[in-house]
Amino acid sequence: MKTQSETLISDAPRLMALGSAAVVMLIPYVWMLAVSVKPADEVFRASLTLLPERWALIENYGKVLRTIPVVTFVMNGLIVCFGILFFQLLFAIPAAYALAKLQFRGRELLFGFVMLGLLVPYQTTALPLYMGFHHAGLLNSYTALIAPFTCSVFAIFLFRQFFKALPDDLIAAARIDGMGEFSIVWRVILPNALPAATAFAIFSVVAHWNDLFWPLIVIQKGDLYTPAMGILAFRAVESGDDYGALMAAATLVAAPLVIAFLFAQRRFIEGVTMTGLKG
Amino acid sequence: MSDAASTVSMRSISQARSHRAPLSRDVVAAWLLTFPAILAYVLMVLLPLLGVLALAFTDYEFGASSFRWVGFENFADMPKDRTFMASIRNTVIYCLFVVPFSIGIALLLAILIEAGARGRAFFRAVFFLPVVSLTVAMATAWQYLLHPSIGPVNALLRTLGLGAPNWLGSSDWVMVSLGIIGVWENVGFNLVLFLAGLTAIPRELYAAAEVDGAKSAWSRFTLVTWPLLGPTLLFVMIITMTRSIRVFDTVQTLTQGGPNGASEVLLRTIYQEGFHYFKFGYSAAITLVFLAIVLVIMLVQTRLIDRHVHYG
Repeated sequence: MKTQSETLISDAPRLMALGSAAVVMLIPYVWMLAVSVKPADEVFRASLTLLPERWALIENYGKVLRTIPVVTFVMNGLIVCFGILFFQLLFAIPAAYALAKLQFRGRELLFGFVMLGLLVPYQTTALPLYMGFHHAGLLNSYTALIAPFTCSVFAIFLFRQFFKALPDDLIAAARIDGMGEFSIVWRVILPNALPAATAFAIFSVVAHWNDLFWPLIVIQKGDLYTPAMGILAFRAVESGDDYGALMAAATLVAAPLVIAFLFAQRRFIEGVTMTGLKG
Repeated sequence: MSDAASTVSMRSISQARSHRAPLSRDVVAAWLLTFPAILAYVLMVLLPLLGVLALAFTDYEFGASSFRWVGFENFADMPKDRTFMASIRNTVIYCLFVVPFSIGIALLLAILIEAGARGRAFFRAVFFLPVVSLTVAMATAWQYLLHPSIGPVNALLRTLGLGAPNWLGSSDWVMVSLGIIGVWENVGFNLVLFLAGLTAIPRELYAAAEVDGAKSAWSRFTLVTWPLLGPTLLFVMIITMTRSIRVFDTVQTLTQGGPNGASEVLLRTIYQEGFHYFKFGYSAAITLVFLAIVLVIMLVQTRLIDRHVHYG
């Protein structure tokens, strides 16, 4: 096996190979940024130069901000993602605690339903859910965007695994101190479950920030558009011709999560691997 | 056995604390704690699941005042429906492209990253970036890259004197283009899973293999890495398959199933039949086909895991 003491020269082929692969991975980002500051005539010249001769940063980004309410879309994205996450944690943590640490009849049955839920992609239930929200008069609302995802069987499964590993003495001690089951969940279990909760939070936010299928079904009103829908709307207005502005729009809505990732790479990657490997 | 032990200790504690029957405190607490999750599950998962099962056997159209039970008619219509057949074929093509390439490339990159100490965090972050980038936004960037006349990809191909295909606009190339974007999206995810799997392989095994005569990197790979990576590999396969069978965002953004249905995929057909033509009964039937495929993939692969994988 290779060791740390390896010289840079002997490591060079490996770094070159990885470097070229990295460049290929980054090409879409590089061009997205480059085109977002180019004026239309330079975009249509189809040259392979990245830097613009005349900077059109204000022109392109200004056009996006005038045409679509980007800030509203990003806010909608945040409200929906954190709304979903709030209820997922609120519902899943107590349920997972009960499934992991309490003895009661029906526990195996409930866990069976959790496993069933894990097998069903959420797109499966879209038609009946749409009918339900239609009859409740809740289409075009935050409720329609958030409610279908409030019970995450995946979160229950993940937290249950995590809670099973917590020592029973911890809970027994809390009971002797006179704590009820509810305060045990939120004051004893939750602080110990923070790593799992952080990992799940990142997983959940990434998934729902990127989702297009469900918002497309339940939202028609522009002021409730999520970031993904916002781009589609801008493309429709622009009929896809003004690539400078289109790339500026793409950059603006992709930025929040990418920046968050760059600041907390390790946590993001841990979140996805941990949740991934247990799913 | 540890469960039994904990029951005993909980029993004695709850007996000491209250005069009720030994386990009642636990039972009441358990149902109260699980109630919100059960309620949300029943409303948002279980009932809609039963709903889609029922819908699939009706001719219900959204907004219609009545419907008929039609038995398996919706399913019988599928082989005659060119859009549906195209969407099945394209989804399979997409999976056959994305699964092997995104797994192969990810494994290669993971081994390269793992083989040295330099640049680990950097490369991992670069390759992972597409996983956290808004798909619709990045699809738009790809649309520019692959633009037939002004896109850099074709500009480069022309400079090299090669043909310049109409990537997303021709029925010959559209699935390849979507597949390339799919591989780009999935490599980082798989890579991170492989890195976790590789780190879990004990270093001593490589030393032992070397002592036993596995001198080349390749023989160490076939002797140690490959067999011990088995569980990870199968897991990555399941994840990638179930992810790529759900392809929707890129298709909806870039081609809307076109040109001429050449990139119609399953989820888009469900969406289109249901929420564009409002044929809920037929859309529900296609949904069940989609669900059945997902379940079969999971079943087949868990069987495979049981049979063929060497556990480390």
